[in-house]
Amino acid sequence: MKIVTICGVGIGSSGILKVNAERVLAGLDIEADVVAADVASIRAVADDAQVILTSAEFVEAIGPTFAEVIVVVNHFDLEELREKLVAALG
Amino acid sequence: MTLPALPDESIVIAATVADWREAVHAAGAALVASGAAKPGYADAMIRMIEEHGPYVVIAPGLALAHARPDDQVLADGLAVVTLATPVAFGHPHNDPVGVVLGLAVESVGGHLESIADLANVFNDPSIIPGLAAATSADEVRRLMGVPSS
Repeated sequence: MKIVTICGVGIGSSGILKVNAERVLAGLDIEADVVAADVASIRAVADDAQVILTSAEFVEAIGPTFAEVIVVVNHFDLEELREKLVAALG
Repeated sequence: MTLPALPDESIVIAATVADWREAVHAAGAALVASGAAKPGYADAMIRMIEEHGPYVVIAPGLALAHARPDDQVLADGLAVVTLATPVAFGHPHNDPVGVVLGLAVESVGGHLESIADLANVFNDPSIIPGLAAATSADEVRRLMGVPSS
């Protein structure tokens, strides 16, 4: 499974989302490739992603996608991430 | 690399700012003072927020301001600015912001360890209120778990 985290540059908030998503997924025993990227490269990076993790500000720029887009409010709240990832991955 | 050191120049306690632009500017000035960035970096951080919105407010009360690695970055660096009075960034859930982190990285590849360290520090929900209430640079360094040099 591929999960993409998106922010403006691909180094700050998307990096934190990547690190924390990997922690949550490890706890759930789910194997996934988590990639941090900037919003400008969304088409290239996310075309084979199952899930996109991002902030509300980037939903419109991400546009139509087959991936499930999860909007994260508190990037440091592992419980929020866990609940949203579990809901998305069924 | 791990989290960059926080010399006294990179920490500003209880800054008085009128709005989010001044808050980000203070973080940029601290990165300049500590030798991590050139003066133009502050404006680059502000442009990121103007372009993409207040997404840098990644947790209640905390903004992680940064721009792209470019010629305005001199070295990997981190700055911590606490605000005397929190300001709004326009974020729907995480306003107002009382702590602004400024981050400068030299390259996109080399910083993931320090981002992981940042997550290690801030996954503890007591850290943001602790930083907001800190009264000295030593207290900020203790909360962040980083040395002064």
